[in-house]
Amino acid sequence: MALKLAKPSPPSASSTSPNEMAPGAINHKGKNPELEERLRWFPPNTHITIRGLNKAFGDTTIYNNFDLDIPKGRITSIFGPNGCGKSTLINMISGLIPYDGGEILFDGKSLSETHIGYVFQNYREALFPWMRSIDNIHYPLKLMGIPADERKRRVNALIESFDVPIDFNSYPYQLSGGQMQTICIMRALVVEPEVLFLDEPFSALDYEMTLLMRDRLQKIFQERGTTMVMVSHNLEDAVWLADHILLLTRKPTQIADFVSFDADRPRTATTVSEQQFVDVQKHCLEVFLKEASVR
Amino acid sequence: MTTFTAFERTIQSAKPLWGVIGLLAVWWVVWKVEVADPVLLPSPQATMLSLWTGMTDGSLWHDFLATVRLTTVSFGLAAVIAIPLGIFLGSSVPLYRSVEFVIDFFRSTPASALFPLFLVLFGTGDLSKILVTAFGAALVILFNVAYGVMNARQTRLLAAQVMGANKLQTLRDVMFWESLPQTFIGLRNGISLALVIVIVAEMFIGSTEGLGHRLVEAQMLFRMPEMYAAIFAAGALGYGLNWGSVMIERRVVHWGGK
Repeated sequence: MALKLAKPSPPSASSTSPNEMAPGAINHKGKNPELEERLRWFPPNTHITIRGLNKAFGDTTIYNNFDLDIPKGRITSIFGPNGCGKSTLINMISGLIPYDGGEILFDGKSLSETHIGYVFQNYREALFPWMRSIDNIHYPLKLMGIPADERKRRVNALIESFDVPIDFNSYPYQLSGGQMQTICIMRALVVEPEVLFLDEPFSALDYEMTLLMRDRLQKIFQERGTTMVMVSHNLEDAVWLADHILLLTRKPTQIADFVSFDADRPRTATTVSEQQFVDVQKHCLEVFLKEASVR
Repeated sequence: MTTFTAFERTIQSAKPLWGVIGLLAVWWVVWKVEVADPVLLPSPQATMLSLWTGMTDGSLWHDFLATVRLTTVSFGLAAVIAIPLGIFLGSSVPLYRSVEFVIDFFRSTPASALFPLFLVLFGTGDLSKILVTAFGAALVILFNVAYGVMNARQTRLLAAQVMGANKLQTLRDVMFWESLPQTFIGLRNGISLALVIVIVAEMFIGSTEGLGHRLVEAQMLFRMPEMYAAIFAAGALGYGLNWGSVMIERRVVHWGGK
């Protein structure tokens, strides 16, 4: 298998031909004509379009006029040096923290018009320990005002599709780390999100549980084709699960590289020893080392 | 071997009683050798008898119930006001900071120093006692609830936000529950403080009943066994209220410390 390193972005009006204009892209009524113009052009099969994103914490600029296109129905891993703003990026996209300027659209829609799911790194603090596990999964549907019968149907269908040996009537603190993170993933998926964000979802799990959860996420992805955006601090996880690996520079953050990895799915534990994986991981590591302070 | 283990187990389970037995023994010896004037320190058996007769003939029991009534009513009033107010104030840090000094100031003011003010405002009846007690307890509860809300785990709030919860839903479904462990600390401190204020109020604000009133009366009439009995009744009441709070807390805040 040949190593395939594609660079679908860095997007700008000049790099994309008008023929590639995605349908439904002109929904947006911006005030800034230049930004609006840039928003009109992005590669086909793009799900999340980010244009002119600015973010600073005090005097420190993290993002300055940052553009990015995240592909639809693919898993994109975000990897980069410490403090480059990986989590900040997905937190801005998912609306958890505000950004200072720019535009983020989902298939041409705003965040409020989009169903998203978010899986936190710290599952113990993300779940509600006063609710049973099953009620934790019900909760986002409750917020959406879905009637109890329909909620039950959807939650049961989800549990059936997951097929995991978890006592859903238990409280989260009675479960193991992997089981709690599974509940978090189910809670994020029950609303049938268009995009699933994962912020270092394996970092609090041991290696064995990481392999299991990685596999479970791949299965979910193969069944549903949900766009996933995952921040990872582990290059092996980042590459193994991903269709695209977004490598970021040090701040002010830019795209260092946007690497494709198209090994067949389902990928297995032995995928990591295949030549294609090794090559992609090696390339990512080289790009990363150029950016990281440790060389 | 088995008998020995069973014996050992009995000894182990009786551990909390050792202190009680020790205290009674020391008391009895002190009384027996007349270290103190026997009028001032009656025998343990005379005191226990007074406690028993006071409870069974209804006189001590009546005062005991009067104190329970005042304490629970005052505490209930304090909780009903302080919990929602604490959640409201705690949900906005700038808001809480703006009233923090006032809360801390009056929280640090001994409630007994406020008796004259409440007497002037509300007279010498039970209303005064209830209000001054509720005031003292409410500040302790309020402070704890507000801190519980302000220290709510950020990840949980973000999780609610990303699932689409609005401000009110976040307050009701997350902040309230997140504050519960700290709220219970406030409630436990609040009920202990309420009992202290009620007893003191019964002593000094024209009372005709209650343990505080009984204590002062017994002391003035030199009815020492009766006074000691009232002290023990007040102690048992305080212990019982605290134990009850802990039991309720364990049941409600089942996730606490896990």
